[in-house]
Amino acid sequence: MIIYGVALLAVCTLAGVIVGDFLGVLLGVKSNVGGVGIAMILLICARLYMHRHGGMSKECEFGVGFWGAMYIPVVVAMAAQQNVVTALHGGPVALLAAVGAVLVCGLTIAVISRSHRGEPLPALDAPPASNAQVAPAGGR
Amino acid sequence: MWPLIDNALEHNGLITAFAVVGGIMWLSVLLSKYLTFGRVHGSAIAIVIGLVLAWVGGTVTGGQKGLADMALFSGIGLMGGAMLRDFAIVATAFEVQATEARKAGMIGAIALLLGTVLPFIVGAGVAYAFGYRDAVSMTTIGAGAVTYIVGPVTGAALGASSDVMALSIATGLIKAILVMVFTPVSARLLALDNPRSAMVFGGLAGTVSGVTAGLAATDRRLVPYGALTATFHTGLGCLMGPSILYFCVRGLVG
Repeated sequence: MIIYGVALLAVCTLAGVIVGDFLGVLLGVKSNVGGVGIAMILLICARLYMHRHGGMSKECEFGVGFWGAMYIPVVVAMAAQQNVVTALHGGPVALLAAVGAVLVCGLTIAVISRSHRGEPLPALDAPPASNAQVAPAGGR
Repeated sequence: MWPLIDNALEHNGLITAFAVVGGIMWLSVLLSKYLTFGRVHGSAIAIVIGLVLAWVGGTVTGGQKGLADMALFSGIGLMGGAMLRDFAIVATAFEVQATEARKAGMIGAIALLLGTVLPFIVGAGVAYAFGYRDAVSMTTIGAGAVTYIVGPVTGAALGASSDVMALSIATGLIKAILVMVFTPVSARLLALDNPRSAMVFGGLAGTVSGVTAGLAATDRRLVPYGALTATFHTGLGCLMGPSILYFCVRGLVG
């Protein structure tokens, strides 16, 4: 039943939020400490457990999958209710922070990729010998 | 006639929001296809439209909640509110294959960790330089530099103000767009020609939409490898943002 999937997701989300709030009280901060992240870990574990022990039907997965697919639309709705007018008074903070973050990450990627080089994929024109999915992952 | 329709739409706020957001998504997919030739992902354009609408709503009503301040669009407030947002974000973890994660190995894990911490430091530093000197605002903007999801999730958990949240979303969004546009151009510089560097790229560049769109334009076969590490990025950020990273910032600025 689809509702089982939705209920599983709801239980994981609630548990994560409660644990996050509890951690916040424990650590003496007025905030939710990592609640969404904890909920995600719970959901991944629940999925692994149910795959091993059965009980995960196609419809149940669909109940969770639907909400996963709604994530971008929900984020669009979230963006549409922010205080953008005030934020624009903040100046080029967003632009500078984004450009800085991309530059720093780009440099790090270049350093890591070049110092630990993996084997390149064959050229695209060559006939695909095997499916990319089964190619060995990682260089060494 | 119009008051009748207006009334119906207002009384079914959430349903109206679904229809409106659906329309925005449709429009942005078209824009992505014909205006940017698939270079910029439809979802990024949709979020830009969302932010623009928030600006319009804020200018028209003078309120603080963007489009949601207009009675007609009050359902947007519910659809994009903390409750449904957390629910939908948690659901995305369901697609993560934990067994697949082992393939990424040590280098993927290091890339993921660096990909969370480095942008955070840059974002929080820029926020500090521009006068956002309280720990909550610095953490929220820093988290936004990780991804546009980690930012608002962290901000909501810490109780940041809405304008800081908007800045944080905008930061993550600009980052995602930069990644999409500049990945194909800088593929050689980044040595993006093998699965291993694609996984490093996914972990460090973060933002799933940016990584997948950027890799798709570089070499389509690299997409699953980049997406593999990038899917963990948001989860790790949501876990670390309102906890370890916040405590570090609070310890530094008091």
